[in-house]
Amino acid sequence: MATEILMPALSPTMEEGTLAKWLVKEGDTVSSGDILAEIETDKATMEFEAVDEGVIGKILVAEGTEGVKVNTPIAIIGEEGEDMSAAAASSSGGSEPKAEESGEEAPAPSGADAPPTTPATPPKPVEARKVEPDWPEGTEVKSTTVREALRDAMAEEMERDPGVFVMGEEVAEYQGAYKITQGLLDQFGAKRVIDTPITEHGFAGIGVGAAFGGLRPIVEFMTFNFAMQAIDHIINSAAKTLYMSGGQMGCPIVFRGPNGAAARVGAQHSQDYAAWYSQIPGLYVVQPYSASDAKGLLKTAIRDPNPVVFLENEILYGRSFDVPVMDDFTVPFGKARIWREGTDVTIVSFGIGMTYALEAADKLAEDGISAEVIDLRTLRPLDYDTVIASVQKTNRCVTVEEGFPVCSIGNHLSAYIMQNAFDWLDAPVINCTGKDVPMPYAANLEKHALTSTAEVIEAVKQVTYR
Amino acid sequence: MAARRATAKPNVSADELKAYYRDMLLIRRFEEKAGQLYGMGLIGGFCHLYIGQEAVVVGLEAAAEEGDKRVTSYRDHGHMLACGMDPKGVMAELTGREGGYSKGKGGSMHMFSREKHFYGGHGIVGAQVPIGAGLAFADKYLDNKRVTFVYFGDGAANQGQVAETYNMAELWDLPAIFVIENNQYAMGTSTKRASKSTNLWERGAAYGIPGESVDGMDVLAVKAAGEKAVAHCRSGKGPYILEVMTYRYRGHSMSDPAKYRTREEVQEMREKRDAIEHVRQLLLTGKHASEDDLKEIDKEIKEIVNEAAEFSKESPEPALEELWTDIYASELPQGEAV
Repeated sequence: MATEILMPALSPTMEEGTLAKWLVKEGDTVSSGDILAEIETDKATMEFEAVDEGVIGKILVAEGTEGVKVNTPIAIIGEEGEDMSAAAASSSGGSEPKAEESGEEAPAPSGADAPPTTPATPPKPVEARKVEPDWPEGTEVKSTTVREALRDAMAEEMERDPGVFVMGEEVAEYQGAYKITQGLLDQFGAKRVIDTPITEHGFAGIGVGAAFGGLRPIVEFMTFNFAMQAIDHIINSAAKTLYMSGGQMGCPIVFRGPNGAAARVGAQHSQDYAAWYSQIPGLYVVQPYSASDAKGLLKTAIRDPNPVVFLENEILYGRSFDVPVMDDFTVPFGKARIWREGTDVTIVSFGIGMTYALEAADKLAEDGISAEVIDLRTLRPLDYDTVIASVQKTNRCVTVEEGFPVCSIGNHLSAYIMQNAFDWLDAPVINCTGKDVPMPYAANLEKHALTSTAEVIEAVKQVTYR
Repeated sequence: MAARRATAKPNVSADELKAYYRDMLLIRRFEEKAGQLYGMGLIGGFCHLYIGQEAVVVGLEAAAEEGDKRVTSYRDHGHMLACGMDPKGVMAELTGREGGYSKGKGGSMHMFSREKHFYGGHGIVGAQVPIGAGLAFADKYLDNKRVTFVYFGDGAANQGQVAETYNMAELWDLPAIFVIENNQYAMGTSTKRASKSTNLWERGAAYGIPGESVDGMDVLAVKAAGEKAVAHCRSGKGPYILEVMTYRYRGHSMSDPAKYRTREEVQEMREKRDAIEHVRQLLLTGKHASEDDLKEIDKEIKEIVNEAAEFSKESPEPALEELWTDIYASELPQGEAV
């Protein structure tokens, strides 16, 4: 019986990949464990092994094909002598994975999350998205992934200052667990791109000491979940020493890595630490959404004389945004970005929360609700003025983040808005957050543990009394 | 004194020996004064005295060169005085005054001096160990032939981050001298009650780090071991471990009733093994100094300590605006840098 070999998902966030090379050809007999092909994911080139034994009947996707979606049939395998042309023909029509498998269009299970119904009267269209650029008008831009932007930022700063170095697990020879440091070892050598043993507490402390000693370390955590092992050095050693030394010591260091939920990695690998670090005086906390912000803010972080916690997001690594082609593009700390101007409600978010915020704003516009969307970009310092000015205009506010709800960034903003713009509020501020549960593994539960575009829309409708 | 190893090797001059006596005495008198001021309510919070352990830092400072770095835990007053920091600035930090090394914002456990290459003063047990290795990492990166003395106690030796640091320090040949000041008690827990194997320096073997145990009540033995360790590190061979066997006469901190050991045990150490008395005898029996010479030193030290105490009382409390300064730097603090 001929069966399809499907494009495998080789990382938790992989949605598509490049079929780099076939190592078998049609008619080859393979047994389980044989390497069939090399597949390039967003992180690495992986070998793909046969699970079953049989004969390769037909290769459906040629080598070199890019953007092959996970679960697309890439070959047919069958028994010796079997005619597999029929199987090949039947599979060609059904190459798209089913909706519920992709997890993209799954129906909302609860009534509260039901998609908005079409209003009786057609909504009035509001103005299109307006992006306030951080670079001069007319500057050439290049579509760049967040991953490339982060790498470019480090490379540029390492060129600029010989005291800048990168250390962490798999940053050098492996080229980065998430390929953020790809190419840096070749460019700068093993003295400045340093693989560490798996020893977060220790190497975070060594990084702090190196900063005290006059260098500018970039400490990569494979994820910020592992930085909990090192948090004493981030907070007690890095953040507090300038103060405790009466201004003598300074600790110019960047702690960076992916933060928050990736996909299907369970409770211990999915926490968003934005609120934790934002509590600490002496730290700067950055959580970029776009590639230009990732680049401009990371360059600022590396140059800053203070310790910076730079929170990235694995799901955003592969997303592309316009990045200006400039010799030295930086983004200052403490300046929010208004991605979209609006009049009816202010949606404040940061990091991956921006994907929900912007998507919600698009859908709300169809219903005639004009949302202003603010990306905080840095959580410490936090651009309170931009938020307050917006709330004074719209009189309503919804905050969006993936972290836990108790003592969230949104809670803090709500209190700040209440104290500083109470008279302008026409509705209580609503915080859309992750749920108050450890991150579950099951796909449907995980989706519900995070916040969503539907929740943001629902919250906006509540504060606008629609 | 018959029980102790003969250490009157002529590897030091009479002047050097006198200097060690002076430096150790300064630490002791300073600490006694700090204890007094604590009793008077002028020093608050935690205050960990170094009395009894003076030979450790004085012996190792004798092996250091200008530009070498040091970092330690919260029992840090002795280290600061030994590396030449101003007793007035240290005492005024203890009393929380503007004239203190950290403008009164750090306290007993958190003081620093870029000028003297003293990198703290760290309040979290063991945290200074990777920090010290990081300082050594910077020196190696900058290729400046400096070494870092990384001091920690027998209690900190059991912290996981110490093992992590040993591993990386040896892997990367960092010029760090790990000085375990084994004063026998981690707060109230004796080394025997904390580890089955109490030869703490031997743990380096698991990572390939050489080391040795040293009599920490003998300043010359400490100096000799320090010189060996410094030579090892400075020549690029990587870290070295010195487990310096010492004893603290006072409690862990000022609030420690010290019920975990007998009065007799402490008394015996004071009478038979005191490090300052040892040098005093070497000076006198070797005819390097007379009783009068030593009295002169005693007097000088007393004056320095009294002056420091006066300064620490007279220096005003920090201005309230200081609450809000030094949280972020607008540029890197000046001083010793790349």
